[in-house]
Amino acid sequence: MIFVRLVWTNLQRHRIRSLISVAGIAFSVAAMLTVVTILQGAIGMFSGILSSDSEIIVFERNVSDLFFSSVPQSAADAITKWPMVSHADPVLFGVVSSASNPIITCFGVTAEDPRMRKAVWVAGDRANFGQHADDVALGERAAEFLGATLGSHVPIGHATFHVIGIVKTANGFEDGGVFMPLASAQNFFHKQGSSSVITIKLRNKDDVAAFKGMVKSNYSNLVGLENAEFNRSYSQFKILKATAWAVGGCGLLLGGFGVANTMIMSVFTRIREIAILRVNGFSNVQIASMIFGESAMVSLLGAVAGLSIGTCFLYALKLVPALHGYVDVTIRPMILLIVIVLALLTGVAGALYPAFYAMRIRAVEALRFE
Amino acid sequence: MTNAAQHNEQSRVVLRAEDVWKSYDDETITVLQGANFEAVQGQTVALCGPSGCGKSTLLHLFGGLDTPDRGRVAVNGIEVNERRNLLRLLRHEVGFVFQLHNLIPDLTLEENCLIPTVAAGIDRRIAQARLRQLTDRTGLSHRLGQRIQKLSGGERQRTALCRALMNKPKILLADEPTGSLDEHTSAIVFELLLDVVATEGVTLLMATHDRGLAERCDRVLEMRDGKIHEPEYAR
Repeated sequence: MIFVRLVWTNLQRHRIRSLISVAGIAFSVAAMLTVVTILQGAIGMFSGILSSDSEIIVFERNVSDLFFSSVPQSAADAITKWPMVSHADPVLFGVVSSASNPIITCFGVTAEDPRMRKAVWVAGDRANFGQHADDVALGERAAEFLGATLGSHVPIGHATFHVIGIVKTANGFEDGGVFMPLASAQNFFHKQGSSSVITIKLRNKDDVAAFKGMVKSNYSNLVGLENAEFNRSYSQFKILKATAWAVGGCGLLLGGFGVANTMIMSVFTRIREIAILRVNGFSNVQIASMIFGESAMVSLLGAVAGLSIGTCFLYALKLVPALHGYVDVTIRPMILLIVIVLALLTGVAGALYPAFYAMRIRAVEALRFE
Repeated sequence: MTNAAQHNEQSRVVLRAEDVWKSYDDETITVLQGANFEAVQGQTVALCGPSGCGKSTLLHLFGGLDTPDRGRVAVNGIEVNERRNLLRLLRHEVGFVFQLHNLIPDLTLEENCLIPTVAAGIDRRIAQARLRQLTDRTGLSHRLGQRIQKLSGGERQRTALCRALMNKPKILLADEPTGSLDEHTSAIVFELLLDVVATEGVTLLMATHDRGLAERCDRVLEMRDGKIHEPEYAR
């Protein structure tokens, strides 16, 4: 208890300095939490599009980005007939721009596609989807920023489309996207006879291995991966995750320097006191533990404050209309744990030199001179 | 304990310095030049001499805070340099009282006194009982929760005495323990020091400039020219 009191008392002596360190860690943690959660959310949304009512995704082997993947329509037609397949849905991804928005994601899908079936049709009817080449259904947010209503004509890319429906989905990408009939999308993006991916729903989940084997043996240029497997291996996701952690890590590193500075100053101003502890039997380990305890407390307070700030910031972002559906504020327990552990490790790392310095203080010299 | 055993215990040498040399600043300042000294269990010994003559250095050597350049320094029969565990010496065998109380100002009297028990890992209940015993004896029991800044000079020095004795050391090394106090307070604190030392059976080695206080000890030693002299008039 006295040990904890010592740690707490030491931090309280220079409150402003301690608070600045806590703030440094807090904003680092908040930045890391925000960046990682937003990017994880984005990844989750994108993978959510792919895994909508499906277990497996088939795409072109060795492509760096699914937008470049090309899966022949013939493959989709053949795979649909495989006995273990419940349904196979080809999806073509494309990106276009409009006058008001530089990037609009387009989904070339069939009327039977699970994304169409699961969406809430706030205007129009799914039965009308795909009857004409220039028909599109807009996500609710896309309709908003395109200023489109049911029956209106909207310029998208180099063409004008007739809005036959407006759909509401929980997924930000879908909600801000344009759904085109697959054939129209193929023509629009000059990818006749192909799709980007085929999402597969199996009759029996135990057939995953058999299905993947069949893809491998029948289509050497295609690969079939389970959704989780795809999420782990897709290079774009890996890059995004690495970027998020790197950005957050840099922030935490800066926070660590703050802790190191505080702890160094703290030790330098307490040399005599540390000498007193030594004279009273404190070992090197106990002295170091006290210094690490102080930095750990700064980090812990910073982590708690940072998590609170980050969470508030994420909720605030969610309320921004333009970001509706794009920000997933679900903070995964694993992310929480990693952020806290990283903050503590940063604090400990920041206290390494101060603790080393404190351990080398010779009581006799410190006590001889004021 | 029989009389003979008691006599043996009382005549046991607990502090011994043999031909001890110590210099500072690359040997430009030599403070100890072949100092020899012995003190037996329960003795009170005053070390007198001018500033810089090596009184504090000798105390530091006995407390394991410093090492001699040459010679042997032993506490309870074990040479300080050869001790496997110097911490044990500081935690259980010697206690220090300094001229400046050297308490931690932001902690309370109680917390300051408990520091040695925390270092030694002594059970909290035992430590609290010992604290009560010592603060009762030194008249500080009503000030336990006070921060050091709020204590008077005498109270601070009494607190330092309590802290030094918390782990029941058999040797108390006091470096000008009343040097920063006025005459009246100094006399009170010193009386208390002698009383506690006698009650606890502690050996006291005290560096002091105050002849009057020194005369109250069992032995008065003079430090001159880096050596320790025991005047013939001393008891």
